[in-house]
Amino acid sequence: MSTPKKQPKKNFHKHNPNTATVLSILFAGLGQLYNRRFLKGSIFIFMEGVFLLAFLDALNYGLWGLRTLGTIPGTDHSIRLLVLGVLSLIVSVIAITLYVFNVLDARKQAKKIKKGWVPLGFKQVIKEVYDYAFPYIITFPGLFLMIFVVIFPLLFSLLLAFTNYDLYHSPPRNLVDWVGLDNFKSLFTVPIWQETFLSVFVWTIVWTVVATTLQIALGFFLAVLVNDERVRFKKLIRTILILPWAVPAFVTILVFAAMFNDDFGAINRDIIIPLFGGEGISWLSDPLYSRIAIIAIQTWLGFPFIFALFTGILQSISKDWYEAADMDGASRIQKFKSITFPHVMFATAPLLIMQYASNFNNFNVIYLFNEGGPAVRGQNAGGTDILISWVYKLTFDTNNYSMAAVISIIMGLIVSGFAFYQFRKTRSFKEEGEI
Amino acid sequence: MSSKTKSKLEVTAIYLILAIVAVIIFYPLLWTIGMSLNQGTSLYSSSIIPDNFSLEHYKWLFSPQSDYLLWYKNSLIVALANAIGSVVLTAFVAYAFSRFKFVGRKNGLYIFLLLQMFPVMMAMVALYIFLNMIGLLDSLTGLILIYLGGQIPFNAWLVKGYFDTIPKELDEAAKIDGAGPIRIFWSILLPLAKPILAVVALFNFMAPLFDFLLPSIVISSEENYTLALGLYNFINDQFANNFTRFAAGSVLIAVPIATIYLFLQRFLISGLASGGTKG
Repeated sequence: MSTPKKQPKKNFHKHNPNTATVLSILFAGLGQLYNRRFLKGSIFIFMEGVFLLAFLDALNYGLWGLRTLGTIPGTDHSIRLLVLGVLSLIVSVIAITLYVFNVLDARKQAKKIKKGWVPLGFKQVIKEVYDYAFPYIITFPGLFLMIFVVIFPLLFSLLLAFTNYDLYHSPPRNLVDWVGLDNFKSLFTVPIWQETFLSVFVWTIVWTVVATTLQIALGFFLAVLVNDERVRFKKLIRTILILPWAVPAFVTILVFAAMFNDDFGAINRDIIIPLFGGEGISWLSDPLYSRIAIIAIQTWLGFPFIFALFTGILQSISKDWYEAADMDGASRIQKFKSITFPHVMFATAPLLIMQYASNFNNFNVIYLFNEGGPAVRGQNAGGTDILISWVYKLTFDTNNYSMAAVISIIMGLIVSGFAFYQFRKTRSFKEEGEI
Repeated sequence: MSSKTKSKLEVTAIYLILAIVAVIIFYPLLWTIGMSLNQGTSLYSSSIIPDNFSLEHYKWLFSPQSDYLLWYKNSLIVALANAIGSVVLTAFVAYAFSRFKFVGRKNGLYIFLLLQMFPVMMAMVALYIFLNMIGLLDSLTGLILIYLGGQIPFNAWLVKGYFDTIPKELDEAAKIDGAGPIRIFWSILLPLAKPILAVVALFNFMAPLFDFLLPSIVISSEENYTLALGLYNFINDQFANNFTRFAAGSVLIAVPIATIYLFLQRFLISGLASGGTKG
């Protein structure tokens, strides 16, 4: 589109969108040339040429690797091939998207020309392209990073679940093969997997629900208490209550792990034994006590955030509501139930959902406290292992990558499904009930 | 019982509860400080009020034998780069999602938010191999790039929520006066969105300082350790033996961070609440 040339006025009716479409399918940019958009056409041709020269071989190799995962043990590195394959897949999808855009663009413009449209001047075209492309340009850096950090690893693990990648099938010595749904089958049929999965899964749910609900309840309770108008030194009290949030969590977890130590921990030495006598409680070696300790620690770590959040909301509730309720003679419980509670929950629903989701995936507390221990007979996960720390062990301790991938997928589906459902609910709720 | 005594009793009960909570909050924190001031390295012979008060662990951390200062520097580099980079990246993404029409605008962010809920552990394997292929394994750059990419969905969602509350009429008025999209972004949206951008910067400054998992996989050589990794290694091998040293190192990181947090708490909460509840 170099200069605003005048279109040959008479034969623009003969301009055929189908020809433009076919040409642009044959090679990107040809359709644009037919539409007499010379600059655009040559840019497209140049891009496709560069793409073919630079990537065709690599893509071919990548997709071949993805299909076969290598054929010669010791030479072909299956996992590297899988990574290349996933990357080729992503590049292909991007290329195809651009190609489809090119075809649609040629067709649309040809149709316009057929109707007698006269192209704009160079400057205007530039401005139009800029306006159109602006949102894509500014999202590009972020999108590019997300493709590599979010999409690519996700695809990789998705595919890994259908291979037999473990200690005995690990490159470079051995090849990895596609095994279809075998991993999923053995998770639900082989007894040790079945039992471990079931017990870890149940504990994960209990952990998520109990720990998160406790921290929300405690945060809410304290926020309401401190918000009471008779309480003085509010600022100081709030600062103290936020303190656990302000200290780096990994530090506090490791400190708690030492304090709960069975033999020389401060909890046993300074509190349990002096008060109740006996040998102290085996916090780290008894599954039940470990679980109690971990839930307590998470409550300690998590309530300040909720407390701070709710405090902000409580202060924003208009006093008129309560005065109106007083006029109607409402009791304190009634006021709480019909004013405070709905207000707070309504305003913070998405953030509360994220609290549940993040505890479901809360690796730090579980692993740093006692590495998911203690060991439990008859299963290959520890007593406090939740799904994510189990996956960590499968990956980095026993190198059972494919099984870890299977469990990751199941976990991801659960959390994102739950979150999707909740997001939709709160979003539609909001749109209806816009204040 | 008269209502006055009842009220007094209630207030006393409230203070009592708050006092108990305060004790539970302070106990582990003071215990850590106490430990760090004990002589020797054994947890067993140490107590919350040290018998032999000493600053030897603090001195050791700053002595040439220890890499503590190096780790501190590494952590600060990662944290700063992540804070600045994330503000730039998310502000642009959020601007696009808040103000422009384009393919994927309606559900794009939500899809990424949901995808991100898949556990990161397997991503670690993929990222490990990928970083290895492009030669960024065991480097701070690799670590920063992963943090930057991973933070976008949630923070872009927060910032977009905030941008949405800024009236579109402002943009339109500026457009009539001839301002381009960059100009509108720079001189209208950014100044108004300062509070939420500060929240994003702070969160992304803190996140790498607190994170243990990702550095433990990406970083392998001791000169590239971040603080979390280095401190964990103090107690990883022989738990009881280096705990006092770990405590000293922890105090030195926890005190500045806690101070920043407490200073900015009100700011943090209001930003988070207004962005997060309107998405």
